[in-house]
Amino acid sequence: MRERIRVRTFLVFGGLFLFLFCYAVANLPPWGSYRGPYGDVISRVSVYERHATDAVNAVNYDYRAFDTLGEEFILFTAVLGVMMLLRREEGTVTRDAGKVKDNIRLSTTVRVTAMPVILLTVIFGFYIGLHGQLTPGGGFQAGVILASIPFLLYVCENTETFRRITSHTAVEVIEALGASSYVLIGMTSLVMGAPFLSNFLPLGTTGDVFSSGTIALISVCIGFEVTAAFLLVGYTYLEEIITGELPEE
Amino acid sequence: MIWVGSGLLLLVAVSGFGVVNTRDVTSQVIALSFYGVLMGLTFFFFQAPDVALSQITVGAVALPLMVMLAISRMKFRAANRQEKGERDA
Repeated sequence: MRERIRVRTFLVFGGLFLFLFCYAVANLPPWGSYRGPYGDVISRVSVYERHATDAVNAVNYDYRAFDTLGEEFILFTAVLGVMMLLRREEGTVTRDAGKVKDNIRLSTTVRVTAMPVILLTVIFGFYIGLHGQLTPGGGFQAGVILASIPFLLYVCENTETFRRITSHTAVEVIEALGASSYVLIGMTSLVMGAPFLSNFLPLGTTGDVFSSGTIALISVCIGFEVTAAFLLVGYTYLEEIITGELPEE
Repeated sequence: MIWVGSGLLLLVAVSGFGVVNTRDVTSQVIALSFYGVLMGLTFFFFQAPDVALSQITVGAVALPLMVMLAISRMKFRAANRQEKGERDA
């Protein structure tokens, strides 16, 4: 009986959704048409006003930098939440898990393949992060790419290596510095008498790595913040496996 | 060109269905990662390279990684509890 009610409810609302979906798809604007005024304005002025060839990042880190500040702190708060939920209180009695014997070297094939990949990932991550104002990419993407390197090392080496390069205190400090430097950049423009987060640095030559003023700077700061954020979450999840200690139940 | 776009969208639909239908969590995460890559390709094809990069980093790397980490933590605890139970018995 309940099964039948469930199926009927699904059929009613599924049919309604299907109707609305088809109605929406049938009334979509044709391929390539664009009705909003802002896209055209931005793509026309961003190179002249901000010397940034990637209009998306000119919008993200300049024209609506205040929104991006909020988004950055969403990530910051999320990481904070994970760390608070999974944290180990001081004075917790731990016992040796006795299961962590992963100092065994993996097969040579895995290690030989992984090392060049790690090297490439480092270069690619820095490229994406430093060219945020010129090409698609930017700090956020670079942060995730760079944060994946320790995990690659974790896959092809052992937990000891992972622990060594994700030193807890250093990563925490980088995370805090990355998040706060965004606000500090905004405050600097306030001190100089301009609105919050307005571009106060020299714009440089279009196409240079050091161009577009604060866009590039904010992008790099976010890169640090995101890298540290993902490393922190990873370390928090893996803490028990890495240290080999479990809380006494 | 329209065939490439339609093909990509179709692939996304099929792999999305595949992700939902995968029952084992670990395989599901791998399927999810593949789905993320496909979504990234689709965004790239429809001329949104910025979104494509974010999609690949988040959908194909970060999200599966987080789920994998959570699974490995749970498995570690479960295996340890079992071992402790065997030792005490």
